[in-house]
Amino acid sequence: MVDKLTPIVTAHWGEEGSWRLENYVSHGGYGAARKALTTMSSPDVISLVKDAGLRGRGGAGFPTGMKWSFIPQDNPNPKYLVVNCDESEPGTCKDMPMLMATPHTLIEGIIIACYAVNAHHAFVYVRGEVLHVIRRLRKAVAEAYEAGYLGADLFGTGYGLDVIVHAGAGAYICGEETALLDSLEGRRGQPRLRPPFPAVEGLYACPTVVNNAESIASVPAIVEHGAAWYQQMGTERSKGAMLYSVSGHVRRPGQFEAPLGITMRELIEMAGGIREGHELKFFTPGGSSTPIFTPEHLDVPLDYESVSAAGSILGTKALQCFDDTVSAVRTALRWTEFYKHESCGKCTPCREGSWWLVQTLRNIEAGKGSPGDVDKMLDVCDNVSMKSFCTLAEGFVACITSAVRHFRSEFEAGCNGTPAWELFPYEASALFAAPRELVTVTSTNEGGAA
Amino acid sequence: MSDHEFMSHFDDAVRIDADEEPTNIDETTLAEMRELAGRYPDSRSALLPMLHLVQSVDGRVSDAGVRACAEILGISTAQVNGVATFYTMYKRRPGGRQHIGVCTTALCAVLGGDILLDHVEKKLGISEGETTPDGMFSLERLECNAACDFAPVMMVNWEFMDNMTPDKAEQLLDDLAEGKPVRSTRGATITSWREAERVLAGFDDGRADEGPSAGEPSLRGLTYAREHGWTAPAEPAPGPEGQEA
Amino acid sequence: MSTDVAAKPDMVTFTIDGTEVEVPKGTLVIRAAEKIGLEIPRFCDHPLLDPVAACRACLVEVPDAGNGRPMKPQPACALTAMPGMRIETAESNDKVAKHQKGMIEFLLINHPLDCPICDKGGECPLQNQTMSHGPGESRYEGAKRTYVKPIHISAELLLDRDRCVLCQRCSRFSSQISGDDFISLAERGAMSQISIYEDQPYTSYFAGNIVQICPVGALTSADYRFQSRPFDLVSTTTTCENCAAGCELRVDHRHYSVRRRLAGADPEVNEEWNCDKGRFGYRSAQDGRRLTTPLVRRDGRLEPASWHEAIDAAVTGLKAAGQAVGVLPGGHLTLENAYAWSRFARAVLGTDDIDFRSRPSSDEEAGFLAAHVAGRGLGESVTYADLEKARRVVLVSFEPEDESPIVFLRLRKAWRKRGLEVVTLAPFSTRGSRKMGARLLPTAPGQEAARLTQLGADGGLDEDTIILVGERAATSPGALSAVVAQATTHGARFAWIPRRAGELAALEAGALPGLLPGGRPGTDPAARAEMAAAWGVRSLPDATGRDIGRIIEAATSGELKALVTGGIQEADLDDPRAFEDALDGVGFVLSLEQRPSDVTERADVVLPVALLEEQAGTFINWEHRTRPVALINAANQAPMTDVRVLAALADALGADLGMRSPAQAGADLAGLPDWAGARAGFEPQAPEAGPDGDGRGMLLASWRLLMDNSAALDGADFARAATQPLSVALSPADAEALGIAAGAPVSLSGPDGSMQLPARIEPDMMPGVVWAPLNSVEPLSVLLGAGPADRVQVEAARIAPPAQTVDQGGAA
Repeated sequence: MVDKLTPIVTAHWGEEGSWRLENYVSHGGYGAARKALTTMSSPDVISLVKDAGLRGRGGAGFPTGMKWSFIPQDNPNPKYLVVNCDESEPGTCKDMPMLMATPHTLIEGIIIACYAVNAHHAFVYVRGEVLHVIRRLRKAVAEAYEAGYLGADLFGTGYGLDVIVHAGAGAYICGEETALLDSLEGRRGQPRLRPPFPAVEGLYACPTVVNNAESIASVPAIVEHGAAWYQQMGTERSKGAMLYSVSGHVRRPGQFEAPLGITMRELIEMAGGIREGHELKFFTPGGSSTPIFTPEHLDVPLDYESVSAAGSILGTKALQCFDDTVSAVRTALRWTEFYKHESCGKCTPCREGSWWLVQTLRNIEAGKGSPGDVDKMLDVCDNVSMKSFCTLAEGFVACITSAVRHFRSEFEAGCNGTPAWELFPYEASALFAAPRELVTVTSTNEGGAA
Repeated sequence: MSDHEFMSHFDDAVRIDADEEPTNIDETTLAEMRELAGRYPDSRSALLPMLHLVQSVDGRVSDAGVRACAEILGISTAQVNGVATFYTMYKRRPGGRQHIGVCTTALCAVLGGDILLDHVEKKLGISEGETTPDGMFSLERLECNAACDFAPVMMVNWEFMDNMTPDKAEQLLDDLAEGKPVRSTRGATITSWREAERVLAGFDDGRADEGPSAGEPSLRGLTYAREHGWTAPAEPAPGPEGQEA
Repeated sequence: MSTDVAAKPDMVTFTIDGTEVEVPKGTLVIRAAEKIGLEIPRFCDHPLLDPVAACRACLVEVPDAGNGRPMKPQPACALTAMPGMRIETAESNDKVAKHQKGMIEFLLINHPLDCPICDKGGECPLQNQTMSHGPGESRYEGAKRTYVKPIHISAELLLDRDRCVLCQRCSRFSSQISGDDFISLAERGAMSQISIYEDQPYTSYFAGNIVQICPVGALTSADYRFQSRPFDLVSTTTTCENCAAGCELRVDHRHYSVRRRLAGADPEVNEEWNCDKGRFGYRSAQDGRRLTTPLVRRDGRLEPASWHEAIDAAVTGLKAAGQAVGVLPGGHLTLENAYAWSRFARAVLGTDDIDFRSRPSSDEEAGFLAAHVAGRGLGESVTYADLEKARRVVLVSFEPEDESPIVFLRLRKAWRKRGLEVVTLAPFSTRGSRKMGARLLPTAPGQEAARLTQLGADGGLDEDTIILVGERAATSPGALSAVVAQATTHGARFAWIPRRAGELAALEAGALPGLLPGGRPGTDPAARAEMAAAWGVRSLPDATGRDIGRIIEAATSGELKALVTGGIQEADLDDPRAFEDALDGVGFVLSLEQRPSDVTERADVVLPVALLEEQAGTFINWEHRTRPVALINAANQAPMTDVRVLAALADALGADLGMRSPAQAGADLAGLPDWAGARAGFEPQAPEAGPDGDGRGMLLASWRLLMDNSAALDGADFARAATQPLSVALSPADAEALGIAAGAPVSLSGPDGSMQLPARIEPDMMPGVVWAPLNSVEPLSVLLGAGPADRVQVEAARIAPPAQTVDQGGAA
């Protein structure tokens, strides 16, 4: 019987100086990379990761080993690994603490992944708005070079690898793998047409694997302990353990590394329950782009298949909890505003649909909606859904349609003269007691250190 | 001949603010930009880092910076402009010495981000997207910054300021204004936005070892597991169908 | 339409709305749908641009991707047809009709709906497809995005951003087709917009195309804005006269005045593009200076005269000259007009002194043209399609973007799509060269023969190589000979590409000394007999005629007594002053012209002739492809074509030209038998010794920029202003030695004078060579008294260049 929580990637996060090479090596760090490079062939590594059943942790859940096997080894161009650390999906907050605490886990995973696909150049694309994460990661890369874990001739095998840590500049869409590649090439981060797929023509039109940071960081333990070990965790088709990020109106939010299949009820309990005096109203299973769940879904096993069967997506396992003080109209609007802000503008339904829906939702929030607005909004969502260039637009379609499905009366109230803040006074949902009217106006600070 | 009244004018074109003070970009900057370009198999990949560097030198994406990027990378200024205006971290008007961000995406907003933003706007006397007249602060309404378990979240120069309250925000801004040392809750001592941009561009400032390894929420599951004696499973004993390589 | 034919490996069979369609492998569904006459709405799709699938108007349902599995709605513009695939459009699936309505509704929520004041109204894909596939009315009640409108993106182009649907056709054209990345999407999301950067305008020789392919009224030209309604225009398909590319044009006129010209669609020639010279260069005769009555010089003054008086005066002058007449028809004529000139010279005047080359030329070139260019048909020539298929193209004395822009587009396309290797023999890599990925073989003016020979020796020429040689090769002794020799030795093919639209036709008509129509060598008695018979004369003059240079000399010296010229621009000649001397020195000058020129001032009789738009005829492009010229303006002011005027002169001279109209000229020419005899022989010429080595000054390299002071562009002020600023190009070493910084004024001096322009430092310019535009300020021959391969003095100018360069600067 496997324990409810299984710290693997997170095992050493709390240690003093956990980000340093010496700390990482003291726990056997880089042993898996050494093992892969000195005792296994590249196809063996791919088979191992396939056998372990590791699936992409960035949202789509595509089998990682299979992705690696798509790299055409007869293609004469260089092969690249690009690690997606753009982590921007609202609610998602797992990769940043990982990179901050144990960046060497990622680097070791990169070495193994690159070896598996015969790449000699890896890029880590980190969203730009996380300065210290980038510092830690760059320092780790420098340490790895110095120690000979990166550079030429790793472990005396003749295999060489270079890693570049690349800072983004603020664009959610760059989490989409082809937009990320365009961004990494110094362009506007807009998704590319597929085919060709990145495995064939990715970065610089060369075969490229794009993996989520957590997927890559999961690899060293799999190489170290084997596929059978990894398969002990998880459900039948969703193997292993992953990071569940619980946030919002729980007493003790945070990261929980657990085998796939843990339930929200269990996670909320570990997070100390919903805050005092309130009930859970709804939660996102996998970030804002996944249709919301309500308390009726508390016992859905959080694996790919079960969440799907229950009508949502496991996504990035970003479990944002909202209690009974929260207006569903308000969150739907805020998320839609987010997607409007982040829409790259390339395709019509996403660009224009988000523009339109934000206006409708603002009216509804303010109680200024018109009768019929809810149905019209749903029809506009239908005109967007499955028709946009990439899946960004599915995000606002999901958060609007699922909120209406569960809380239609709140939207209808906004079409009948009742502002959302009257139904749900906004101050009530804040974590601190600071009603708006009590927020004091203080003078602008002038002078100071310049 | 078309006898219309339009004259050639470019005043309303989307633009990088070229009318501001002169550039600080000098030979050293250009050499650093070329160095960045040299780090990639294809030099154009360095455009985002180069624009970060331009901001660190000029306090915004300056006209001279755009031209320098285009020149070094052999692309057109229109293309550089297209990139610079796509990403929210690039500022077209001078940013403040301290760049303050308040997250107001759904979760942070309901947990107090809206109130925080309101509070900070009033305190600084500016709206989001603006810079104080003394150049000390610029303020930005942020979209989700990947720290939801620390909500509500603020950022200073892209360093985390976790679990914020109006009181903490008040103190933070006062300390920054007074030049007192301020530490990110999960990061280094606050320097300045421009210095942060230089690090983002790819020039180390030696502060990686500052700050904790992780915040408390990051360790929540680990702590809980320890309390319950939970661990990852042991390797299964090699059985008849053992698959260990 | 099932077929029993065995499965073809390169074909794919699938169904659209239940109809079986067979298309070549790789065909996009939207193209296949067009094939069976299905209308799928689209905005971003353009058959010549890479798919972007951005507008989503062309979504179709795919119940079966060919593998038994359905797909989510797919953009037909980016979906490749697969065997067994099932596609459903709005014809058979109501969901698709809803997709389309929804998408058009989205496109309209931020569109100003200002169709009544929009130039595109009436020919607008957004308007049309809204009517055919859109929702009846919008449900949108929110705020519309607005922008200040319009903004100039160049002196020629204006952008109304509120009308834009962000299809990116313009920016994709610019980056993919022409390579001029001066516009890009800027901003993000709903604020995305097409943008130039700051004050750097969109300067491209092909800028007009983006107006034409804009599916809404977002991009308009200053030239045409508010000029007409599409439904008030009469459109005619014809051929462009502004270079030898042979572009198909659609010319729109209203009230018998041409209002605009659009690129026609001829996949074999210009595909769907043209250049701005072709598009905007049509106003030269609209400036009120058109010659409409004959002029006769009386007491030293040109005075209007009746046709009778003028013809009489002309005949008097010509009769006095006898056979001592030089004939200079120019290189702009249709085949029919050129043929009339050729026959007029030989069969009416009895002279072989005829040369169409009103530009620098040589004996070597005349020999080359007679032996290797004249008398060929399309089947024997290199074609655009050949350029696309070749492995390597070598450019000799030829700068395609300036001198044959459609050739440039094809070469760039082949480089982009297939990795065509382009090698250019030039003193530096031009912008155009870089846009074709061309490899520079540094070649100073005059070294072409040696360089090409060396390239051949180095293995750089083979059966998969095509050598493209420009008209400037005439000024590089031995260059054309080397082209022939190297092509022969290595099995390469070659083509000669002149600048002017009429040169191939003039050559075919025999408007060259020693050359008769159809490539017949004038030295061949059989050829002469055949033509004499065809023309109904006893014999033809000896094939010992003078070329243009000798005609000018002989006119000056008095050996020739008269000159007959057709629309010659003095500035086009390598020595304009010598030509003026000839006009002054010769006893009688008869000029056939459309507009007054330098020749008019010195002519004794001027006969106005019809504009191209006022007649039908034929051009032959550089491929030897015949290109139809259509009558556009039926209400012409000067009904006399060159053919008709020459026929009248012949009548008055007591001879018979045998034709009185272009149609008759064409029939007469078509009636000639194909020449079965040998072609003219070619006497190769050895290259001259390298440029003199005394090192005084720098070697001048120069050619005409596409958008220059050419008379064809008179009146196209916006297009002329929308070009790159002028400059003089120097090597880094020379610039340093001379103390000239980039952008600083530099002075060039020759025997006759000097000029100043800002310096441009070209990294790979050959040291010792300086480049200047040939005719963008004034002709260099006039300004400096020097031309390509001459030595000029170069120095830093002490004062800023005068205003002459600033007229480019409307957009600067």
